[in-house]
Amino acid sequence: MSSIDSYASIAGEEVIQHLRQLAEPLKGLKVVHVNSTRVGGGVAEILDRLVPLKRELGIDAHWEIVVGQDSFYECTKNFHNSLQGKLAPVSDSLLRIFEKTNEQNAEKLRPILEDADLVFIHDPQPLPLLRWCPNRKGKWVWRCHIDLSRPYRPVWKYLRKFVVDYDASIFSLADFAQPLPHNQYLIPPSIDPLSDKNIDLSRSFIQDVLDKYGIDDSRPIMLQVSRFDRFKDPVGVIRAYRLAKGFCPELQLVLAGGTATDDPEGAMVLGEVKAEKDNDEDINVLLLPPEAHKEINALQRAADIILQKSIKEGFGLTVTEGMWKQKPVIGGDTGGIRLQVIDHHTGFRVNTPEGAALRIRHLLGRPELAHEMGIKAKEFVRQNFLITRHLREYLSLMLALLMGDDERVELEM
Amino acid sequence: MSQGNNTVEPFSVRDCALVAIATGKRAENLRELRDHLMNIHQGSIYYHFWGSLLRPKFDDPQFNNDFAVWSHYSLHDEVLAERLAIIDPKDYDDLEALRRELIDVIEQRLDEIHSPEWVGPGKQFHFIRSQIVVFDTGWRIDNPEHLPNLVMRMSAGSIFYHVIDARRRFPKGLDDFSAWLGGFGDEYAPACKALASVDPYYVTLIELRRKIGSVLRSCFRQEF
Repeated sequence: MSSIDSYASIAGEEVIQHLRQLAEPLKGLKVVHVNSTRVGGGVAEILDRLVPLKRELGIDAHWEIVVGQDSFYECTKNFHNSLQGKLAPVSDSLLRIFEKTNEQNAEKLRPILEDADLVFIHDPQPLPLLRWCPNRKGKWVWRCHIDLSRPYRPVWKYLRKFVVDYDASIFSLADFAQPLPHNQYLIPPSIDPLSDKNIDLSRSFIQDVLDKYGIDDSRPIMLQVSRFDRFKDPVGVIRAYRLAKGFCPELQLVLAGGTATDDPEGAMVLGEVKAEKDNDEDINVLLLPPEAHKEINALQRAADIILQKSIKEGFGLTVTEGMWKQKPVIGGDTGGIRLQVIDHHTGFRVNTPEGAALRIRHLLGRPELAHEMGIKAKEFVRQNFLITRHLREYLSLMLALLMGDDERVELEM
Repeated sequence: MSQGNNTVEPFSVRDCALVAIATGKRAENLRELRDHLMNIHQGSIYYHFWGSLLRPKFDDPQFNNDFAVWSHYSLHDEVLAERLAIIDPKDYDDLEALRRELIDVIEQRLDEIHSPEWVGPGKQFHFIRSQIVVFDTGWRIDNPEHLPNLVMRMSAGSIFYHVIDARRRFPKGLDDFSAWLGGFGDEYAPACKALASVDPYYVTLIELRRKIGSVLRSCFRQEF
């Protein structure tokens, strides 16, 4: 694991010093993060890096997960879909399993949760834990990573009754905030430039990965990395590829996705993607294991264009990863992608497969423009979306939560 | 030149971070923007003029406040965007005066257009406010001659605190450097005057640091 000082060469000495100073009053504080998976998906990746860094700064940080049976994940996947606007009613029997599973997890987690000074509950899966910790001494914060801008109301109404008991919420964008009786903090997520997903790789390693999957690096490559999830619109990506292929017959598409233990729909969507692919040998559909971070890194570095054609997106860390590798990104005009893909500067935002195809053609025909956008994209990430900024905002938030709700929090040495 | 003055406290370098908070108020057209501006928390007006200096954003040299950015990118009202962009917050005695100016400009535009444009999903203006967390870096100087080098070593957060945030703490838009140098009497009056001429609004914090460092070095006749 990288030490916090290793980030100085990327983010600057002053940034690291800033973190140490902010963390000084928080030393010894007991902080617990809870989500529903240790592998797969952006939340697990962030916690995997953020928690050790907090510990290195002297904070007694822990990461716990809730676990359940398949029906629990079926229920929470429905929550996820509903909160992002899909009409997905959840049956009463699934809601009972959701609550019962949280009650069972609370039996195990109660001592550490009730003893914590700060508890961060990530996404809806562990939301009811708070109700099962009546003797909690610390502040509890709900961290929502989902695009909650236009939720399916009946499901939000059900979940909201758990959220209102929290001391604060965190959203990635103001657009996701909802009427709630507590402060709603805004913190965009981040990537770790020193993780296997993002470190520099040798040319030979990249070539080995391309050879392994039969990808020809002498021809243009476009890549979308994401779970096989309908909100990521992988089928729309294939349609965009087919439209663009008319102008660029050499084009190859790579759809690389992993699985997450809390995502029961992945296999179904993967089947739809394979059906849409048909016998096209220039489409590579790769189901990668959760630990394949370096391979994903290699694919992103080898790609000419990164796509993230989501129709809903909480943030889109794969966009950030692509931008960090100096690639222009064609992203869906939604959610957190809007914060990262600055139209005509760091990439293009699109609404349809046709729009994506237009921009693919545009960039493939102008490699100098793609290069210029890639440089801007990397710098934009360096300034705004690295884990050092994320950690600073968490530390500031923790101080603000502990010191009160005043507009100004003054810390004395 | 002074080697320190026992009656003046050492200059203490502070740093800060902003924590953004959604107010939950949003506008979908110009009339709604005006209505919210009538009574939105002062901190939100402050955030939308100054907060962008310390938060993720893509440099857009055309516009320096979020109201102008929204008029341009979401309402596509270039006339309004230009009028809002030229508002310089440091020209106003306080945030209430700035609020009144904003409302005046918007009401004038409302008089000129037949019906305000509605923006689609994801394009609304979201009112945000912030909490500022201030901490002591432990850096101290008691000799004003050391100030130029100190400034050049400061983080963006420190520059924000000592120049931008200072304007809320002192009357008449004084910055912390000028306030401290003023404590030494007339000796540093030229440096204070030169600092007053630095415009903090149309530059990034890093550019602002360079400008202030450069001005102080010139005043103290130090080499770059």
